[in-house]
Amino acid sequence: MSIHAWFKRKKKAKEAAYVRERLDIPGNLWVKCYKCSEAIFASDLETNLKVCPKCGYHFKLTAGERIKQLVDNNSFKEIDANIRSTDFLNFNDSKSYAKRIEATILKSHLKDAIVIGPAKIDGVNCALAVMDFSFMGGSVGSVVGEKVARLIELAVEKKCPAIIFSASGGMRMQEGIMSLMQMAKTSAALGRLRENGLPYISVCTDPTTGGTSASFAMLGDINIAEPGALICFAGPRVIEQTIRQKLPPGFQRSEYLLEHGMVDMVCERKKLKATLGTILKWFNER
Amino acid sequence: MSDKKKKNNNNRFVLEFEKPLLELYEKLDGLKEVSSEGKMDMGEEIRLLEKRIETVKRDIYTKLTPIQTVQVARHMQRPTTLDYISHIFEDYIELHGDRNFSDDPALVSGIAKLNGRSVVVLGQQKGKTTKENIARNFGMANPEGYRKALRVMRIAERYEKPIISFIDTPGAYPGIGAEERGQAEAIAKNLREMAELTVPFIAVVTGEGGSGGALGIGMGNRVLILEFAIYSVISPEGCASILFRDAKRANDAANAMKITAKDLLKLDVVDEIVKEPVGGAHNDAKQAASFIKSAVIKNLEPLLSLSHRELIADRYNKFRKMGIFVEE
Repeated sequence: MSIHAWFKRKKKAKEAAYVRERLDIPGNLWVKCYKCSEAIFASDLETNLKVCPKCGYHFKLTAGERIKQLVDNNSFKEIDANIRSTDFLNFNDSKSYAKRIEATILKSHLKDAIVIGPAKIDGVNCALAVMDFSFMGGSVGSVVGEKVARLIELAVEKKCPAIIFSASGGMRMQEGIMSLMQMAKTSAALGRLRENGLPYISVCTDPTTGGTSASFAMLGDINIAEPGALICFAGPRVIEQTIRQKLPPGFQRSEYLLEHGMVDMVCERKKLKATLGTILKWFNER
Repeated sequence: MSDKKKKNNNNRFVLEFEKPLLELYEKLDGLKEVSSEGKMDMGEEIRLLEKRIETVKRDIYTKLTPIQTVQVARHMQRPTTLDYISHIFEDYIELHGDRNFSDDPALVSGIAKLNGRSVVVLGQQKGKTTKENIARNFGMANPEGYRKALRVMRIAERYEKPIISFIDTPGAYPGIGAEERGQAEAIAKNLREMAELTVPFIAVVTGEGGSGGALGIGMGNRVLILEFAIYSVISPEGCASILFRDAKRANDAANAMKITAKDLLKLDVVDEIVKEPVGGAHNDAKQAASFIKSAVIKNLEPLLSLSHRELIADRYNKFRKMGIFVEE
């Protein structure tokens, strides 16, 4: 092997590890916990709902994994799967938005950063939306906004509660002002749901930040957070740059939000389904 | 691109791209001095020069690039919300406090009369000097600001008064206290509640429409924007440092994000562009205010006859249809 090839190989391996880490997809037999660095057998991690058995770190889930963990057998039916983002501003940074969409669809096997549809949890019907951070950081553009609005309309139509799992870095800058308007659109739709006397449960997972938290993620009748999730309006780096101070430990994590009254509970993943079931049944009693 | 501002002896702030004006201003000042000393009548020359200045200004301002527009929107001397309120409304009485935590000086609100009609007005308040800006937190509201806004909107609703809001903020304040007191929740709640208001609501973007902090008081039945104001999901500098990996590429980011009044009108995010005086609102606050006043009155008129239900539907439909995507 030439020395060039050797370097190339090393670089490639590094890149692959980086991508894996970013997507939180354990690609090997063994997975290293990002928090405690424990080596975990991949299948153990799966059976433990992708929570580190040693330190309790909650790995990010794809929308598919989340739905599988959460809903009653095969009760989820995806709707509006064929809405796709389009590069209407001809936005170009290091890559054009159009190409970025194509590449992300190929890589993630998703059409955008959210999956919606009717589902059953513990036997109760609900309208469920699950965001997926691996699709462009779960950023909210026209497609996510539209699907959230449609999901809420589905709940109104079926007279059932709406549940939204957020996993999002905020609004999708490549759609400019139109992404900002999705905050207005989704919040207005939630107002309608409320007018119709229907409950909304928001589950904030790591991360739920920016415009996502400043719209649908913070508007639940009940807000639930997964342990250790970053939930905030302005990210820690932005705040540090603005105030030029170090931030307190645990700042903007789920437990901190619970302490400050912004979420009703921090719920471990293994208790999530049962908790949601109990809450849904409470609302469902007529 | 540079946002360096030059200040000459007559207290004029001249932006980098306004440089061609600098020489003319100096000449004008010279002529005026001679004239005031009474040595010579320079009336005719002064008039001609003023005309020339107008032409050059108009020329410059019709060709502004997006990043130059950003500089005008952020101009230190650009009229603030309180300037507009004093020019546009009568009998303004400021209302303070969110009744929960404190009063936010970065967002002002009150009751007033518009052409004799009782209305509620509110908006972010920037300062014109460093001292003022520190007191006003540069127009960046905390959660209590958004909660105060909602409180006065509720007053408007209870007593059936239209709402006029003025948007001019770099964004909602990113600070520890703001996060602890629920900046995200405060904005989110405003969005939901604004959608359900039973009174006519006009929002006017007068300067910087900075992201969620702007939208937090911006869900009007009609959204107007001043000619050289901007409205954006993130500042060009922020976008440049995240997507372009270089804060210095703000120019590219400003071009890419489509943040000028014209672009926003094309995207149907705003309903109307309100003309500014030649050379921008900071050249003539009174005239800028009178343009805003007539635009607000004109847009308010048709809303006054709508029922509660129609007003909510009008606003809901407006925002519900925003978004561009492909459905296969």
